[in-house]
Amino acid sequence: MKDMLEIKNLHVSTADGTKDILHGVSLVIKKGEKHAIMGPNGGGKSTLAQVLMGHPGYTVTKGSIILNGTDITDMPPDQRAKLGLFLGFQYPVEVAGVNFANFLRMCVNEQKAEGEKKVSPIAFRNQLAEQAKKLGFSDELAKRSLNQDFSGGEKKKAEILQLAMLKPQFAILDEPDSGLDVDALRYIANALNSLEHPMGLLLITHYQRILAYVKPDFVHVVKGGKIVASGGPELAEKVEQSGYENLA
Amino acid sequence: MSSDARSIRASYPLGFHKPDKSVFRTPKGISREVVEAISYYKNEPEWMRRFRLQALMMFEQKMMPTWGADLSGINFDDIYYYVSPADRKFRTWDEVPEEIKDTYEKIGIPEAERAYLAGVGAQYDSEVVYHSLKRQWEEQGVIFVDTDTAVQKYPDLVREYFGTVIPISDNKFAALNSAVWSGGSFVYVPKGVHVEIPLQAYFRINAANMGQFERTLIIADEGSYVHYVEGCTAPIYTTDSLHAAVVEIVVKKGARVRYTTMQNWSSNVYNLVTKRMLIEEDGFGEWIDGNLGSKVTMKYPSVILNGRGAKGEILSLAFAGKGQHQDAGGKAIHLAPDTTSTITSKSVSLQGGRSSYRGMVKIINGAKGSKSFVRCDALLLDEISRSDTYPTNIVNEQDVTLGHEASVSKVGEQQLFYLMSRGLSEAQATSLIVNGFIEPIVKELPLEYAAELNQLINLSMEGAIG
Repeated sequence: MKDMLEIKNLHVSTADGTKDILHGVSLVIKKGEKHAIMGPNGGGKSTLAQVLMGHPGYTVTKGSIILNGTDITDMPPDQRAKLGLFLGFQYPVEVAGVNFANFLRMCVNEQKAEGEKKVSPIAFRNQLAEQAKKLGFSDELAKRSLNQDFSGGEKKKAEILQLAMLKPQFAILDEPDSGLDVDALRYIANALNSLEHPMGLLLITHYQRILAYVKPDFVHVVKGGKIVASGGPELAEKVEQSGYENLA
Repeated sequence: MSSDARSIRASYPLGFHKPDKSVFRTPKGISREVVEAISYYKNEPEWMRRFRLQALMMFEQKMMPTWGADLSGINFDDIYYYVSPADRKFRTWDEVPEEIKDTYEKIGIPEAERAYLAGVGAQYDSEVVYHSLKRQWEEQGVIFVDTDTAVQKYPDLVREYFGTVIPISDNKFAALNSAVWSGGSFVYVPKGVHVEIPLQAYFRINAANMGQFERTLIIADEGSYVHYVEGCTAPIYTTDSLHAAVVEIVVKKGARVRYTTMQNWSSNVYNLVTKRMLIEEDGFGEWIDGNLGSKVTMKYPSVILNGRGAKGEILSLAFAGKGQHQDAGGKAIHLAPDTTSTITSKSVSLQGGRSSYRGMVKIINGAKGSKSFVRCDALLLDEISRSDTYPTNIVNEQDVTLGHEASVSKVGEQQLFYLMSRGLSEAQATSLIVNGFIEPIVKELPLEYAAELNQLINLSMEGAIG
């Protein structure tokens, strides 16, 4: 189906087969929808995010992932990205000596269709500066090496900036709020809300506090490798009050 | 030259004397006759002839190094030690391996240079550029000629310094070079003269410089500055299996010399080079040394800090691919107070290649206030490649600062996953990581080298990962 990310009965184990982590997760995200996944630590939230992007450390033992009607379950991460999927990392990886702006330009050009005009370094710098300004970020990040010596907050900002430049159809954000103080959190949330291109969003978080700023259409609770509850924004409030314990 | 020397030569009874001035080659193997013939053919002064013969004796006495890379594949009897430039047998373009041609194409080497790099003969015509630069240098009193010419034109200057920084007894391959050397560059920069344009460019394609046993001597007189650049990132195709060069540099009081080399020999070559700088008071000497190709490289650019406040810096880059062993590093010898040295080594190993950092820092008693910092980083691209570190510190003075940092890293699954999640292929992602890793050295390279190097790494990643 077009404009849809479908997760069908996903069972996942570690690549070495020693540990089963997800036990049948199903979820449909349509373009334009915001879904939040909450849940206790170790429940499988981050694994789900990584598996959706094709992390080689996990094996899908059953079920499938369908992006806009294409089965991407066995595709390498770069092909998924080219089909319009994005993962904002909980722990963005540092790559020394690789300039952030050059890297991002390479990625943007890589996602252009065959024959489509590539963006020049100067044009890209301008676009990037403009986008950074729109999000309220300093474009000073663009001059530095990719994530290297970035503070926790800067790393999270840089992920959002990448998202804004790559304009994916579906974005998974793995704890974009973790490790941030309230001001930084509000900052990231505002930036997320100001993104203009239409996309489906899967926001993974341990705390509900970001959901006060980025209002989800749907909330799911993942626990023990399964979705144990689904609902509207009121589910997040319920979790807020009574925790994950009382959810089956 | 004395008339005695001339008469000895005239009567010299060698069977293989030159039939024609422009065509000459010694037979395979090395002997007193071969060395005498080289000197005779070049019409050298007596002191150079003796220097060569002494060096030959030293070569015969010296043992092969028992450390470092495996050199058992070298057969000294199966090498031509001298071929006059006019007699070089040029291969045809068809004989050049496809792989090499392909690389030239992909890294964008200009047509005119490709043939030359591949040894197809055609001399690259850069005379016009060269001549205008040459005039500038001459007006400043700078001498920049091939070393054979220097022996003829500036015998006193050459004799004063030749073999003083690297004596013939230094090691077996320096001795060999001293006995049979040909080509290389001779540079003299007078007091206070700053050569603004790096001595390079046309050299990339100069025949005399790409010999097997070239010999370079650079003298930077007090307060002068020069940047010398040699080699190139593009693969040099040669059927000669041994390259044993010597580079000697004298940096006088307050002078500064930067020497940049980038070598990418074809994978049959043993590349064994001795290079050293003698740096006087407040002088500053820098080596930037990149080793990409060859079968085996053993090369440890050295700085001897011989006067108070002298400073030396070595940047070494090694790239070891399939079947290659890059044994590289640097040496800093502190002989005077307040001297400073820095050695930075970066190596990349892939497809079973092996890179070793081998370095030495020596600080003698009395070299108070000296500082040395060594940093060596290795990057492994797969499980079958290898990296080793062999640092040696000899410090006989209390009042010094010495630092050493080393790291070995692997291209990690997490890094690849991150980059690939942004739409880059595995080869692109790996290239980025490698290029990022060597960036601190690459940024010191002349721009065109840096660009070619980048292309070359991208290419080899495509080859390695597919």
